[in-house]
Amino acid sequence: MAKKCEMKLLGSGGSPFVTRVKFVLKLKSIDYEYIKEDLANKSELLLTSNPGLQKVPVLFHENEPISESLVIVEYLDEILPNVHPILPLNPLDRAHNRCLAYYIDTVYCPWLKKFMLTRDSEKKEDMKRLIIGGSAMLEEAFVKLSKGGTFFGGDEIGYLDVVLGCYLGWFKFYGIVFGFNVIDEARNPRLAQWGKSMWSHEAIMSVIPSDEIYMNFFKMLPGFLPPRHVHA
Amino acid sequence: MADEVKLHGLAGSPFVCRVKIALKVKDIKYDFVVEDLINKSADLVKYNPVYKKVPVLVHNGNPISESLVIVEYIDDVWKGVSILPHDAYEKARVRFWAKVVDDKCLPALFKAIGSHAQEQAVAEAHEQLQFLENELKVKGSKFFGGDSINLVDISATFIAYWVGAAEEALRITLVTKDKFPKLKEWSDNYINCQAVKDVLPPREVLVGFFKSRFGKA
Repeated sequence: MAKKCEMKLLGSGGSPFVTRVKFVLKLKSIDYEYIKEDLANKSELLLTSNPGLQKVPVLFHENEPISESLVIVEYLDEILPNVHPILPLNPLDRAHNRCLAYYIDTVYCPWLKKFMLTRDSEKKEDMKRLIIGGSAMLEEAFVKLSKGGTFFGGDEIGYLDVVLGCYLGWFKFYGIVFGFNVIDEARNPRLAQWGKSMWSHEAIMSVIPSDEIYMNFFKMLPGFLPPRHVHA
Repeated sequence: MADEVKLHGLAGSPFVCRVKIALKVKDIKYDFVVEDLINKSADLVKYNPVYKKVPVLVHNGNPISESLVIVEYIDDVWKGVSILPHDAYEKARVRFWAKVVDDKCLPALFKAIGSHAQEQAVAEAHEQLQFLENELKVKGSKFFGGDSINLVDISATFIAYWVGAAEEALRITLVTKDKFPKLKEWSDNYINCQAVKDVLPPREVLVGFFKSRFGKA
């Protein structure tokens, strides 16, 4: 059942953090207006609603702004706790979820960014090794937290599925552009299966950015060579 | 069954101090396990295999890491004085400001301190601190949490206490009264409030630490 309320989302194409918020809005069936932001030419709306960080996403609920994707996700879960709950109810599970989310955003994903941007092949290999270690750690976490279910949240998509799942498009393109499987079927079998389940989930399919958005981004990288074809 | 609460940490760590303050606010009894980060205890490695960092709170054998995650956990589990507001929107604002402190203000301050107040580093730190100064101006209250401290105040403990020690140790100026009057006033109020003053490490210990870590020969 859709919750009719004044909800707007300020975002930009390929941002995984915007995708994250879109997942939750979709899972909770919340109607909203999407406002596209040009980060090269920041709007008055962005500058006034998020003066410190000047970043997307910004959620407006009845014109009150909320910034930072993880803060927005928790907010949406709190205002609509009974429609597809995102965070677990138990405080200890919530703490473990938040801690892993912190690791994903402040350690694991910066490695991915460095890997993508560095042109030094030795540094690229260093980042690759770190990412492989990180994926192994996430595989272990998945086995523990999913308790045999399809998702980190068990039988239903939960917080960590949203936190990590927003990067799935990027993981796919790392495979295509760099020939590097961030989540590898041999090294991380449960995570690889999780990825497939996420891709085939209707809510995810409807919000993951198009291939074109990723390709446009990668084309801007110096020294980028386009792949011969893009897999479906 | 009585709760068993242990906090693994270092006396001089501002992140450990955040957790100590939260435990004090809720009046929770705990054992403090001093960690030597050069020779980490087997327990620390077991409880925080990813980061191997402090603080780690162990509640009835269950470990939780990351200082702000721990503070939220403490607020979730133990009732009494609230560290976060109940209203969802106010809670979101508090979490946002705590993130500004952690992601922007503290890294800029670490850089400014590490560089011995190099001009560019100080300018960047000031830019970040101005957001907190403005927020205090707008709120017009004693603390970020109003009349009592909240998650934002606790997240900014480093600014209230550690910065002054660094300034003294390295003979630098980072946060002045004329540039940041609200922040200075807040710092004085914060370090003197009940839950905070009893758990802050002695200032001379911090001054000594900054001198040995960053002092010029």
